[in-house]
Amino acid sequence: MINLEPPKKAGALINQAYQAASQVLRPISRKYDRAEHAYPSELDMFAAVLDGLNSSGEGGAGAAGVRRDDKSEGQGNRNGGNLSTVLGTIEMCWGDVALLLSMPRQGLGNAAIASVANEEQLARFGKLWAAMAITEPDCGSDSAAITTTAVEDGDSYILNGEKIFVTSGQRADAVVVWATLDKSKGRAAIKSFVVEKGTPGFEVVRLEHKLGIRASDTAVLRFENCRVPKENLLGSPEVDTKKGFAGVMQTFDNTRPLVAAMAIGVARAALEETARILSEAGVKVDYDQPANLQHAAAAAYLELEADYEAAYLLTLESAWMADNRKPNSLQASMAKAKAGRSVVDITLKCVELAGAFGYTEESLLEKWARDSKILDIFEGTQQIQQLIVARRVLGKTSSELK
Amino acid sequence: MGVGLAALTKLAGSKTLDRAGLRAPVQNLVSSATKNGFRAAGAASRSFKSARRGGQATRPAAPSDKGLFDLTPNEEQQMIAETVAEFAAEQLRPAAAEADAKLAPPDGLLTRAAELGVTQIGIPEELGGASTERSVVTSALIAEALAHGDLGLAVAVLAPSAVSNALVLWGDAQQQADYLPAFTGENVPVAALALQEAKPLFDPFKPAARARRTPSGYQLDGVKSLVPRAAQAELFIVSATLEGRGPALFLVESSTAGLTVEAEPAMGLRGAATGKLHLEGVKLPAESLLGGGSPDVFTDAVRLSRLGWAALATGTAKAVLDYVIPYVNERTAFGEPISHRQAVAFSVADIAIELEGMRLVTLRAAARAEQGKPYAREVALARKLATDKGMRIGSAGVQLLGGHGFTKEHPVERWYRDLRAIGIAEGVVLL
Repeated sequence: MINLEPPKKAGALINQAYQAASQVLRPISRKYDRAEHAYPSELDMFAAVLDGLNSSGEGGAGAAGVRRDDKSEGQGNRNGGNLSTVLGTIEMCWGDVALLLSMPRQGLGNAAIASVANEEQLARFGKLWAAMAITEPDCGSDSAAITTTAVEDGDSYILNGEKIFVTSGQRADAVVVWATLDKSKGRAAIKSFVVEKGTPGFEVVRLEHKLGIRASDTAVLRFENCRVPKENLLGSPEVDTKKGFAGVMQTFDNTRPLVAAMAIGVARAALEETARILSEAGVKVDYDQPANLQHAAAAAYLELEADYEAAYLLTLESAWMADNRKPNSLQASMAKAKAGRSVVDITLKCVELAGAFGYTEESLLEKWARDSKILDIFEGTQQIQQLIVARRVLGKTSSELK
Repeated sequence: MGVGLAALTKLAGSKTLDRAGLRAPVQNLVSSATKNGFRAAGAASRSFKSARRGGQATRPAAPSDKGLFDLTPNEEQQMIAETVAEFAAEQLRPAAAEADAKLAPPDGLLTRAAELGVTQIGIPEELGGASTERSVVTSALIAEALAHGDLGLAVAVLAPSAVSNALVLWGDAQQQADYLPAFTGENVPVAALALQEAKPLFDPFKPAARARRTPSGYQLDGVKSLVPRAAQAELFIVSATLEGRGPALFLVESSTAGLTVEAEPAMGLRGAATGKLHLEGVKLPAESLLGGGSPDVFTDAVRLSRLGWAALATGTAKAVLDYVIPYVNERTAFGEPISHRQAVAFSVADIAIELEGMRLVTLRAAARAEQGKPYAREVALARKLATDKGMRIGSAGVQLLGGHGFTKEHPVERWYRDLRAIGIAEGVVLL
């Protein structure tokens, strides 16, 4: 039966996440935007609560990752962990997206571990706070071109290279590092390795100063003859040129809906605040009256809310497909593309609608408009998502449609 | 006249007309369609009256809500959507260009649609129809599938359902007994829900058409615009401002004195044979007021119509996507398919993304309406997306075909014209 409401059983989780967002995150949102690189110690206690939520099996409120668990094969329509995680993430990012990204043990590295690690690795790394290190100074979207190397040496791999834009790279207990086993073999040779903090040869070089999500640390990491045990390689060590990139890229099908969910949360925050401000100014949005007969601000608001709604449902769709074990690459990219561009449009327009007040630091609107931009960039830029969607829709390979 | 003549010129050269022996009837149709400004009496209507009937009107029950997010249509919906999609591919798409040119749906199309049971879907079994419960989602899937064939013809096919659905939802026992049996038979009457008026910044909640109370009922005066198949319709539901009350809906039979129709060809929706409906001192019995003149009923009528247009827009936008994909893959420039260029490929990707978004928003609104949940917000957002993104998709469709898209060799120019109706249209369809 076609029904596009969030599942009833997720109501408690949504409410919990909303309470946490409004009582824990919102009150410290501005503080850590100003105090870039200061550790938000308020989050420690909170993270413990999230751990509980995540281990409940119903999904949590952060980057809990997505695991296609064969045991959970069920009959009929499933609303499971993917959907719950997306719904929780939306609420938390309504509170503050940068703080959610700083949440201990909720890093994208955790999502990668949860998604592709074997049972033994899951037991070893499951409790760690793991960051994700993919991007390099000379390769961003083109992640197949990474130059960090991993060379087999006895029971270890030796890593060499530099990684940038590593979220929580300083605070996390470990980093999931993408490196190539053999540059000549292309994508198939790219593997991910868990490198624990304190491993000799692993160094945090510096932290970035950023446009937004300033509460979230973004680190530059260097690996110099960094020796990592063989068992820390996630997935298969075989260089299977037929299977290619699938192993590592699979992570993205799972993390993109989460980033889309982050965008939804920020967009909702901006829309709600703008509705309040407009209402105080005597402008109310009417859903029945034609938009062209309403105040221009109300008409603009309707347009933003429509984009929000489309992005929201695309995000739920991609998570629901994962829950129901349907391939969701296309939908995940659609959701990420739509949510990423919409959150930027929405938050920037909301600043404009709120006028000078929205532009000052007295309002969080200006902060959300700065935070939003990264959501259209990381985990695959707008253009990368369009490329993925276009290839799928047109039936083109990456060598045909570059 | 120019438009009609151009259509006539094109038709005159059509060999298929001669082969099919259709030249004479088509010429007749064209001549009446081109008589712009010529006002004729409404179609002779059948006798709709039934025996006096008391008691309660029959309303469809809301389906039970399982409380789970679900995008899978049930088996029945799947089957209906596939059947209607086939019908649209076989009956609507091939007939669309000609219907557009001659401003009329092909002969027999509506009979075939009636045989398919399109109108019966929204009518409960107790009233002779096919539904066991309220199913706005199924209706949305039908509208989408039909509009994938052709938007103008989809409107022509769905117009009677708007009237029968309104009777199911808001008719009293007598009105249901009088009118609904005709809609469940084989000879479904042409009927139309006329809310639209040709006024800039038109507000459907403030129709300029007036209804005055008279000792025996009401008198209607006003002009309704873009009424589908106005000249053939036997029954109208017309909106008018009831003095002292606000907007209300009235059942008006086409042979009522004072009712005249006039062809009103437009930019698009031409297969729906749109016309003006003139009401001059039209006297109606007291029983013609629908839904007791309740403001809630009127609001629902506007919302459910807008929902219908959003569903239609998703169908036509999908037609655009399905058409441009093979085109950009086959068309070569600079030695390779143009789809190998990001500028082209990203345009196609954006069509796919926005289409999926507007489709989901439309389905959410439909599901909420069906379950009796508040749906004003969701309909407004679906309408907004259908209007803006629908038009953008229509425009991209022509752009991607370049100069070829501008000619009538391809359907994209028609979809471009048709999709401009979304956001303007009020009434006509009702899910």
